[in-house]
Amino acid sequence: MTKTEEKNMAHAYTPGLKIKKVETVRKERVLPIEGEVLVKVGDRVDFQTTLAHTEIPGDAEILNVNEILGIDPGAVFDYMLKKEGEQFEEGEMLGKYTAFWGLVKNYVYAPFSGIIESVSGLTGQVIIRQNNIALEIDSYIRGKIVEIIPSKGAVVETQAALVQGIFGFGGENHGDITIAVSSPSELLKEDNIKAEHKGKVIIGGSGVTSTAYKKALEIGVTGIVVGGMNVEDLIGILGEDIGVAITGEENVKITVIATEGFGALPMSDRTFNLFKEVEGKMSAINGATQIRAGVLRPEIIVPYDEGESITLYDERFSDGMAQGSLVRIIRAPYFGEIAKVAGLPVNLQKVQSGSKVRVIEVELEDGRIVTVPRANVEIIEE
Amino acid sequence: MKHMTITENQGNPSKEMKYILVTDVGSTTTKARFFAKKGNEWRFIISGEAPTTVEKPYEDVTMGVLNAVREIEELTGHKIISDANDNILRPYDGEKGVDLYCTTSSAGGGLQMMVGGVVKEITAASANRAVLGAGSIVMDILTMDDGRVPHEKITRIKNLRPDMILLAGGTDGGTVKHVASMAEIFYAAKPKPRLGEGYRLPMIYAGNIDVQAHIRKLFEKDFALLIIDNIRPTLNIERIEHARRAVHELFMEHVMSHAPGYLKLMKWTDIDIMPTPAGEGIAMQLIANELNTNVLGVGLGGATTNVYSIYDKRFVRSVSANLGMSYSISNVCKETGINNILRWLPFEKNIGELQSEIKNKMIRPTTIPQTIDDLIIEHAVAREALRLGLEHHKTIATRLKGINVERTVGDLLDQGLEDTYIDLMNFSVICGTGGLLSHAPKRAQTLLILTDAFQPEGVTRLFQDSVFMMPHLGVLSTVDSKAAWQIFDKDCLVHLGTVVAPKGQSRQGTEVMDIKIAMPDGTTLRENMRFGEIKRISLGIDEVAEIEIAPSRGMDIGVGIGKPLKDKAHGGEVGLILDARGRPLVLPEIPRERMNKLQEWNRNMGLYDLE
Repeated sequence: MTKTEEKNMAHAYTPGLKIKKVETVRKERVLPIEGEVLVKVGDRVDFQTTLAHTEIPGDAEILNVNEILGIDPGAVFDYMLKKEGEQFEEGEMLGKYTAFWGLVKNYVYAPFSGIIESVSGLTGQVIIRQNNIALEIDSYIRGKIVEIIPSKGAVVETQAALVQGIFGFGGENHGDITIAVSSPSELLKEDNIKAEHKGKVIIGGSGVTSTAYKKALEIGVTGIVVGGMNVEDLIGILGEDIGVAITGEENVKITVIATEGFGALPMSDRTFNLFKEVEGKMSAINGATQIRAGVLRPEIIVPYDEGESITLYDERFSDGMAQGSLVRIIRAPYFGEIAKVAGLPVNLQKVQSGSKVRVIEVELEDGRIVTVPRANVEIIEE
Repeated sequence: MKHMTITENQGNPSKEMKYILVTDVGSTTTKARFFAKKGNEWRFIISGEAPTTVEKPYEDVTMGVLNAVREIEELTGHKIISDANDNILRPYDGEKGVDLYCTTSSAGGGLQMMVGGVVKEITAASANRAVLGAGSIVMDILTMDDGRVPHEKITRIKNLRPDMILLAGGTDGGTVKHVASMAEIFYAAKPKPRLGEGYRLPMIYAGNIDVQAHIRKLFEKDFALLIIDNIRPTLNIERIEHARRAVHELFMEHVMSHAPGYLKLMKWTDIDIMPTPAGEGIAMQLIANELNTNVLGVGLGGATTNVYSIYDKRFVRSVSANLGMSYSISNVCKETGINNILRWLPFEKNIGELQSEIKNKMIRPTTIPQTIDDLIIEHAVAREALRLGLEHHKTIATRLKGINVERTVGDLLDQGLEDTYIDLMNFSVICGTGGLLSHAPKRAQTLLILTDAFQPEGVTRLFQDSVFMMPHLGVLSTVDSKAAWQIFDKDCLVHLGTVVAPKGQSRQGTEVMDIKIAMPDGTTLRENMRFGEIKRISLGIDEVAEIEIAPSRGMDIGVGIGKPLKDKAHGGEVGLILDARGRPLVLPEIPRERMNKLQEWNRNMGLYDLE
């Protein structure tokens, strides 16, 4: 064995998505620019407590004043009624040109309230800017402030059940966890969506149809969590295909998260059962996904109340892949299967495609032992 | 600024160098390559790789560099890192250290720029070519004629957070208003740099010299402003070299110095850190220089596809930011349409399943194909990514717009997009690099992916990168081009072979080319190729065959329709490929016929075990 192989063996670890009954979740919540922080360390915050606020410059617009007034660009200073740095109100006259004893009258009016930012004698353009816009950042999760980031925000910490999805869209949202299907392999259809799901995060099974999504929208559901997602339904919901997995900024009212992948894929029993245990509890959900360096996975966070007693089942915290570790196979021909590590051969092996790769031997749930590339499994953190 | 000079107290290239270390700090992996002089020849010794440490919780790229270099130390026993783990030991003292250390970088998404100009097809096109050539991704090109009203432009500039802006426009002595207006739009938007706050966004102005004073007034206070000569001093002159240099200068001074750990890394390196695609581009130019020919190169990555052309010594790079084989694989489908992927599959496949499988690769980009079918699907997507990448490249590699100075600007605006000068008949070398091409289980697969996508015409040699090190050799060549080429030739370039492909169309089964091949062992082969056929003839690396090609009526092998050509065919790991499938390559419309054809080509080329 070469030194590289030894090193790789020691770190044979493919991190999986977290499905944890209890996890200490920390969220750094900061403003994009400096502002005022409104909380202090030790404060208890609810899901949407404002942590910090600031103001950002409003949008700018360019007025072609010389063209509107019918003058040379260089003369624009002479006909502006407001100078650089001066405030104005919406509808106020900003510039005026009259000639031929008043026969020619041209005016420039303010399209909004704001400030004159600059006047250019070279182009005859005037840049006007809207008044500052208030901006605040909220806590997103319920918990305790454990750190202040001066002038920017704070870190909120909570004990919570945490499920990371593989893909999602739509930004931060909140709602009580509600199971809407009878089994993790049931497709979430129109009939499953009820009036009482308003404001809830509903848990589906193997996918959600675009018609079910539309009904959920009408009712006012805030989040949908399913196992898989058909590409056709995705396009039906978003109105277009997704090319690059960078999401979260879509203009959608419902946050949607898939826990397993694309296609009709039942939600794993483990994930489904965890949702059952926290049914009825308020959750924070975010579909934002980014699959590049600095990976960001969609998440469902269900904070526990302070002092709440939580029955833990035997949680194993794996720090590497070893004999007996539970893994999920994430590529054909065994895509979606849960298996147990049976062997970690050191030498590269040739797989059917002809590639020589590092492999892993796993035992499938039906007892078969198969070999798959090590890159095609992820550890399940129970 | 170090530019391309060596600091006296660090590297030792003026003396006889013995060891060189080069790294590439990629967005996910830092790749170290170790080179040594053996006798009179430079050779690649070994690689070391480690995850890049630009993100939290590390936020210091030098940690990833040290980890990658440590792997080299472990594998070779050659000490390179200082005892305090805070530098690369230089020079080599007879026992430890290296004589030269340099690096390229694309961590954190590489260099991302925004371009502003007056007319999309004139000044902005030149500015775009300049920043692409400098190794940047272009986030957007804003011009007075881009169809967006000022407030839309302002919103766009404000929302994108570039690393740098290049503003050009107008010819010297020409109208000032348009470029000044464009500048005011950028001023109104108050763009913020991507990498953190608290520093000034670099801006290069390369437009009408009469507007320079206005530009200073607008930007000098809040931007790191650099004013350079006009990129288009007159309509018939394009000067982009100085703009490329300016981009590199500001990249080092203002962008890299704010990325996590780069201030430290800049102190370690003997020459300036270079954007990875710039290194790759220089490597492609090295091939063109050494082989004295036109070269078409491609870097097919996980997120982006870079295409390089060196045509009559003019270097042009294009980058298709969202065409790639992992993170961007789904976007290839979106751009080309699922049927264009499906057409390369020699078996039946349900469209919905195909879409899901491709998207599952996007969300789990590090997985690898285990089955033959899965591999073929990835190779089908690769063909389309490359094809689209080349199409995009053709829109960048165009003749100068407005070279007829007699025309008015109005005439110029009216004219359509002029033809690209990229004609595959004029490129005798194609070179591919990137994970999918390098890791294909069989070299014949790489050769046919490149051939199907780029469709070389005439007689064309094909190469691929062995172990990803083109950026390394590119940056190294700026210090020692001889050493870089020796390594390139011996250890980096895999000779795939030569493709002979006449241009034209015919009926299936009709004779299109008669070829006489004088093999190096003295034997002569004669092949009569019929339309729709492809054939592989064994011709080894370093072997050369004399070929005489007689194309049929209507077919062109490079010297005119129906005219014969005598040439040399260089061998390679795949050999000599006689491709009589026609150019452009048209696949049968009827699925069964198409699949049969693909299976026939598969057998003849020895591509995949389909049984």
